[in-house]
This record gives sequence, C-alpha cells and structure tokens, in this order.
Amino acid sequence: MPQVTLTVNGKSHSVEVEGRTLLVELLREKLALTGTHVGCDTSQCGACVVHVDGRSIKSCTMLAMQANGAAVTTIEGLAQADGTLHPMQEMFREHHALQCGFCTPGMVMSAIDLVNMHPDGLTEHEIREGLEGNLCRCTGYHNIVKAIAAAWPLMHNKQAPAAAA
Amino acid sequence: MGFEGIGASVRRKEDGRFLAGRGNYVDDINRPGQLYAFIRRSDRPHARIGGIDTGRAASAPGVVAVFTGRDIEADGLGGLPCGWQIHNKDGSPMAEPPHPVIAVGKVRHVGDPVAVVIAETRQQAKDAAELLVIDYQDLPGIASVRDAVSPAAARVHDDVVGNVCYDWHIGDKAAVDAAFERAARVVRLDLTNNRLIPNAMEPRSAVGECDPSSGDYTLWTTSQNPHVIRLLMGAFVLHVPESKLRVVAPDVGGGFGSKIYHYAEEAIVTWAAGKLKRPVKWTAERFESFMSDAHGRDHESVAEMAITEQGTFLALRVSTLCNMGAYLSTFAPCVPTYLYATLLAGVYKTPAIYAEVKAVFTNTVPVDAYRGAGRPEATYLLERLVDVIAYDTGIDKVELRRRNFIPSDAFPYQTPVALQYDSGDYEATLRTALQAADWDSFEERRREAASRGKLRGIGISTYLEACGIAPSKVVGSLGARAGLYEVASIRVHPTGSVSVLTGAHSHGQGHETTFAQLVSEQLGVPISQVEVVHGDTAKIPFGMGTYGSRSLPVGGSAMVKAMDKIIAKGKKIAAHLMEAAVEDIEFKEGKFTVTGTDKSKALAEISLAAYVPHNYPIEELEPGLDETAFYDPKNFTFPGGCHICEVEIEADAGMARVVRFTAVDDIGRVINPMIVEGQVQGGVCQGVGQALMEHAVYDAQGQLLTGSYMDYTMPRAEDVPDIKVGSETTLCTHNPLGSKGCGEVGAIGSPPAVMNAVVDALKQYNVRHLDMPATPEKIWTIMRDGQPAMAAE
Repeated sequence: MPQVTLTVNGKSHSVEVEGRTLLVELLREKLALTGTHVGCDTSQCGACVVHVDGRSIKSCTMLAMQANGAAVTTIEGLAQADGTLHPMQEMFREHHALQCGFCTPGMVMSAIDLVNMHPDGLTEHEIREGLEGNLCRCTGYHNIVKAIAAAWPLMHNKQAPAAAA
Repeated sequence: MGFEGIGASVRRKEDGRFLAGRGNYVDDINRPGQLYAFIRRSDRPHARIGGIDTGRAASAPGVVAVFTGRDIEADGLGGLPCGWQIHNKDGSPMAEPPHPVIAVGKVRHVGDPVAVVIAETRQQAKDAAELLVIDYQDLPGIASVRDAVSPAAARVHDDVVGNVCYDWHIGDKAAVDAAFERAARVVRLDLTNNRLIPNAMEPRSAVGECDPSSGDYTLWTTSQNPHVIRLLMGAFVLHVPESKLRVVAPDVGGGFGSKIYHYAEEAIVTWAAGKLKRPVKWTAERFESFMSDAHGRDHESVAEMAITEQGTFLALRVSTLCNMGAYLSTFAPCVPTYLYATLLAGVYKTPAIYAEVKAVFTNTVPVDAYRGAGRPEATYLLERLVDVIAYDTGIDKVELRRRNFIPSDAFPYQTPVALQYDSGDYEATLRTALQAADWDSFEERRREAASRGKLRGIGISTYLEACGIAPSKVVGSLGARAGLYEVASIRVHPTGSVSVLTGAHSHGQGHETTFAQLVSEQLGVPISQVEVVHGDTAKIPFGMGTYGSRSLPVGGSAMVKAMDKIIAKGKKIAAHLMEAAVEDIEFKEGKFTVTGTDKSKALAEISLAAYVPHNYPIEELEPGLDETAFYDPKNFTFPGGCHICEVEIEADAGMARVVRFTAVDDIGRVINPMIVEGQVQGGVCQGVGQALMEHAVYDAQGQLLTGSYMDYTMPRAEDVPDIKVGSETTLCTHNPLGSKGCGEVGAIGSPPAVMNAVVDALKQYNVRHLDMPATPEKIWTIMRDGQPAMAAE
C-alpha cells in the first residue's frame, strides 16, 4: 500500500493508505483524530473541514495521498499546549455558537480561514456567504455569525470595524 | 463565582470538549477487534425478493459474515415494535403489520434493509455489499396518501385493506355539523404539510459488543432515549433481559425526534456482535440517512371554519390524510392524532371542533415525530386558515385573531378537543411581538422594497403547543405502551460535590449546564461542582429520555423533587448536629441554619456526616445523601406565542428570502436565557426551511428523488436573517418549576408566519394560498401566470 508522509498538528506521520483512502479517513481512522467529523457523502455539509497548508478544505474531498508532504491542522491542533483556546473557539463558546457540537469543528476551521482571508474587515453578509459550505441544523446560524464577527478583531488584533459590529 | 442559578446565561460546560474536538460521538468509538457492517438497502419501492445470492459477497476479501432477513428470522428475533396503539372510530385497533429487522420476502420502501455484510474494514464491507445479487420482482408502488386510499391502489401489506392503518376521530361531530348549518359563512382551505427529512448533522451510528465471558451486551447508539431502546430492543427484538444489556447514548449530534426510535441497525449490530463474538460497528452514510431515518409531517388536509358575520369562529371541521410510510415507526401513530388533532383549538375559543384522521401505509420511509411532531401540522393548518378567513372576509388579520383569542382570565381553559390549558396570555405575546416587529410601520418597508424591485410581505402566527408529554395514566388511556414520567437521582457526595443522574438526554440542548444551574440554585453548590450524568443505562435509573420539549418541565421537575428529599433529610441531620428541632432548621443558599440563630452547617458538612456517620441519628436515618425521584406530570405544558416574519421576493426570479423574523414566546420559567434563545433561533431556522426549501419528494411509484444534500435543500447561513427573540411569561401552574419547554416552539410557530408573509408579498397576484415549500419555481409561476390585481396600492 502507498505511504503518505504528512504533518498533522505539528507532528510528523508516515501512514500506509489505500489509493482511495480519503484524508478524513486517514485523520479519523489512522491517527484517531476524531474531532473532524463526516456529516455527508457529497461534500455539502462541511463537518470535515480542516486546514491543509493554511487553507480550509473539506477533508472528505481530498485523497490522503494528495496530502503527501502537506501540513494539516485539525480542530485538535488549534488550542495552545496549556489548553488556551484559539480566539475563534473562545468566541464560539462566548456566543453560544454550538449546540450538539457535531458541525462545530468544521465550522470553526472554516471560520478561521474566512477571517484570515479578510484582513480588512468582514461584514455580516460576507460571513453568511463565507459559511456557504457548512451546514448546521441546531443553531439557525445566528450565533455562529456573531461569534465569527467577534473573533475577527481578536484574530487581527484590531478594533471591530463598524460593519461587523 | 458570578450568579449561575436560575435565569443566568451561563456559558455551557459541555462546550470545552466540543470546541477542542474531544466530543465522544458513537462513530468516534472503536472497540478492540471491531468489525464493520454495511447494509445493502432496497433501491426498489416495492418488490418481491425472489432470492439473494450471497456467495460472491461472502467470499470477498475481509468479509466475516453476510446475513439476510432469513438468518434473523431463523434466530427467532422479533420485529421492530410500535409503542403506541390507536383505535379506529369503531373501536377496533389500528392495523399493525410486522416490521422485520431485515426484509423477508418483500421490500416495501427504498432504503428497506435487505442484507448486512460484516467485514474487517468499512470499505471491505461496502465493496462486498455490491456483490450481492438480489432477484427483485417489482410490484406497483405508492407514495402519496391520496394514491394509497384510491380503490385501485396496490397493497403495501397484503392484509391491510385499503392501506389504512387507522381511521380515527375526535370531537363532537353533531355539534360541529349544527354550527355549520347556522353559520353566516364557511371558509374552506385545502392544504398540504410537506414531508421533511430531519437531517441531524450526525448520521446515525451503532456499535454492538458482547462480552465473551458474561455474554452481556453493550450497544452504543445515537439515541435520544437509551432506556427506551434497551426496553424495546431487549424485550421485543433480541429477547435479552435488561440485566444483560447496556445501552449507551454518548454525545449525540442532534436528534430533532429522528433519534427517538428503535431502528433496525441497533438490533443488527448487537445481535451480530453476539453471533460473531466481536464488536460490530455501523455508521450511516448520509444517503442512508435520507432513506432510513424516520421522516416527518406529510399531511393532506381539508379545513373548514364556520364563522359569524363578524368573523367569530363557531366551529372547525378538519379531515386529514397522513402518511405512516411503509411500517410503523416507534411512536408514529400518536403524532397525527394526540399530538395533532388535540391542538386544533390553538389559541382560539372555537366552541366546537371535529377532526378525522386517516393514517395510511405507502411505499416510503416510515414517518414519525420530527421537531414539533403534530403540533407544527396543527399550527400551520390553523394559522393559514385564519389568514385565509381574513382574506375572504376582509377582516384585518390581527383583529380577527384578537376577536377569537382565549382571554387571559379564562384559564384553566377546557378545549373541545380534550386538552385543558393551564395558563397563557396570548394578547400579551401578540402585543409585544407587534411592537418588537414594528408591525405598524410595515407599509413603509413594503414601499421601500418595491423601489428596489422586491415584493415585501409580512406574516403573523399566534400559536400554542403542548409539551412535557405527559401524565402516564392519560397517555396510557390514549394508547401509549409506555409511561411518560421522568426520573432523577441527586447524589450529594461526601465532600459536597453533586452528581445528577437524569433520564433526560442531551443531544445539543446543553443539559450539563442547565441542570447544573438548577441544582446550583436549589442546593447552593457552584455549577463547577455539579456533574450531570446522562445517556448510559448502566449509570442512570430508568427514565424516558428527551423529546417533546420535556427535559426541563418533566426531567427538571424530577430533580426538584429529588432535591426536596435531599433537603428534608439534610434538615434532620442538621437538627441532630446542632441539637435543634427539625422544624427550626431552614435551608438557604447551601446552608442549614437554626432559625433565629447564627448556628449553621454547610451542605458539605451535612453530607460528610451522612457518609461518615459517627455523630448521626443512625436509629432514625439511613446514612448517605442520595435521593431518587420519579415525576409524573399532572398535565401537558402549553407554551405559546407570536411569530412575525417579513419576506422579500425577487420580482424577476421568484426567490423568497426571510429578511426579518421576530419570535415572542411564553415558555414559562427560563433557567438559561442564552440557551433558550439558541433553541428558538434553531427551531425558527428549521421552520423557515420547511416553509421555503425543504421537501422530501417521491415519484408516484415511491422512488425517493431527494436522496442527498444535492437535491434536498437545507437552510444555510445566507438563508436566514438575525432572529429577534423575546418573551412574555406566564408560569406553568402544575409543575414545581413553572417551566413549559422551549425546544420546539421555533419550528411550530414559524412556518405559517413565513407562508403568511409569502402570500402577503404576492397579494397583487390575488394569491389566497400556496403550499409549502414556497420555492422560487412556484412563486415565479404565480407571477408569470397571475393577473396582478390593479396596481398594488
């Protein structure tokens, strides 16, 4: 079986996979990183979003072998070693942006990329549009949008722009 | 510590693990030596199984076993049981055809399990399932309720005549007929309540294990009620006593009703684990969720209201055809009867009501309770009908509602359809909602939208629902085969920390926080020292689980009862320790005090004395501070309120978008307002989904056309606006908390508010009614074909 070598949450791994093994299967089944979830089979729900080389991708839509040599970050890799949460995780908690928690890892990973990609500000409309690839059945999105708006200034070390306030 | 008792928006205790990716969902559980099951499902709506050739599959790489319905039958397993029996108008029991775990002889819906392949890996099981050769002889299928009752219809079950499961009614037919005779006017509306697929984000999953030394089984499953699953699966399917079967529902990723029921896969993995002496895991792929999770709604109704010239409601007559699907799911029969027709009074003092409900079998996935269960169907029917009465008579829609409200001084109020409402103030929720939604200035917004090329409309619904199901004796007399109390154990440990063992189950509701707040309020213990234990039959007493917004009104009431016992016992211990009379001990904020003195003992001192009973009234009292209480509700609770929605329709494309939504609900006492707002917002979003997007579509023969997220539209972040949530509170009068429940109000109140707004937006086209979902295609067709009534005023 082919071998994939990749870095996940800062740790290097070499794993045997089948050619058809998906990145999400490698993460969940080979590396026991079960924080990344599978919610559908058509790349619609976004529960499996992780970062590959800094950008959010749906890990159900990428073959494990395509991640050879890549640096992957999953939900488990966001908090600091002492347990301090990433500002996005903290704002999700503060704004009650999760209920059952199943879509949450993918939501958080998508949201971080969305904020990173908008250094000059992020409107509510842009947030809602930016979440197009993530389904949540519990929250009605209301509080997720609020949490992301609140994380923006924390992540960019700025005051919230008027549009996002 | 800040205030963290009743009324505080405490941040959730469970969030830490979910946000760190350390939740423990069923598919995250892997047992040593675990095998994987893949279920080959019927792709035919209705067919005879001529034979199944398992040879190639059985010899495929990694395959350990292939089982069909015959193997299940040969082992003497029972079918999946139904937990509610309805009786027909003539008193005879409903038709209750067998529901085999795996199909035997015939498949009856797309998704019906035909065989299970068990292999070393998930992929091997899936690959081998492709190699099964199934000889199907297709039979004519039926999907719609109207087709099911047509004289020419094929039978879903050979011995169910006319495909009728039951033909039931409620109310005083003679009184209703008489009122229709003398009415100034009768307004009729035919309407559909669209079939939905619940779509909790976590697909169902089950892991079965059998301890080789003891023969004891454990099932980890995505369930809202592990004890109910243990009872149903153990007693009716596997014939295993409770003592040999443990059912665990760990973190569960949303339920909305769909994870109440006992499903075939739970029995399959548990049974197979025993047979193969290795753990067996099954996890649904999403396409399986679409064709095997119980669906919701699917009604066709005719509603008629007899009214006076002034629009006073005299009598309501309703006739409903509802879809049970191919088999009876666990609680399916009660949904369109006791959770639907009994709600048809709504918030109105309609003096006479008669409803008949015919439930039919079709070649579709079983239909059961989905968020709101029966109550959204009743509310949609009533609130659309009221708007149509306003349309037909020209009476203002708010004024019409006000004229017919049950007044706030009329409680307790006995409806003509069995329920007795304990409390409510519909005028108050209406007034607050109208104000919060800027109702009076709407026409300005309509004009402004028109200047942008958009048709803007406003809609209202004033609704009521019944929660906290319910007195066991009452539901038993109505056909429930279960009790519907709840249980709680409050265990105060030696050093004063507390464990709460509850039969309620959290799958997103935040019980670990809310229940800790309740305990903190009553016992004066910080929530950090309160642990909430749920979801494991090996740990918790026999409780009924979470559905019907019952966790707080029923489960919380059991906790209050158990804590009362703790306090009563604590007082006796405190009286002994402080050498006072029990009557002189009061308990407040975690301390037992001798009235009128500064002598007091903290709860932790009392609990230590209880577990280290050196100085203790041992002759009169048992050691320990651990109490259990079962709470059986005296009545349903009746949350209600007013939802107001504004939509805008793209004039050239027909796309309707909700642009404002205001929900003012009366849910009684609130423990955590932040969590309640989240429940309402989420419920409203599902209601918007039902109104504008979601629809489980079958072709005439029963082929499921919406079998993935590519075909079944789910609301996304862009599809909903900020949802304004408000409240007006009257307390429930018959439970110790005064709480009514909040889990379903959003999904119940919102669909008619959205549809009333859509119809209002289209008023220049003289639209009287439009069935859900109001898709762009339907709206565009109206705009294309409709004659604009004189230029919009």
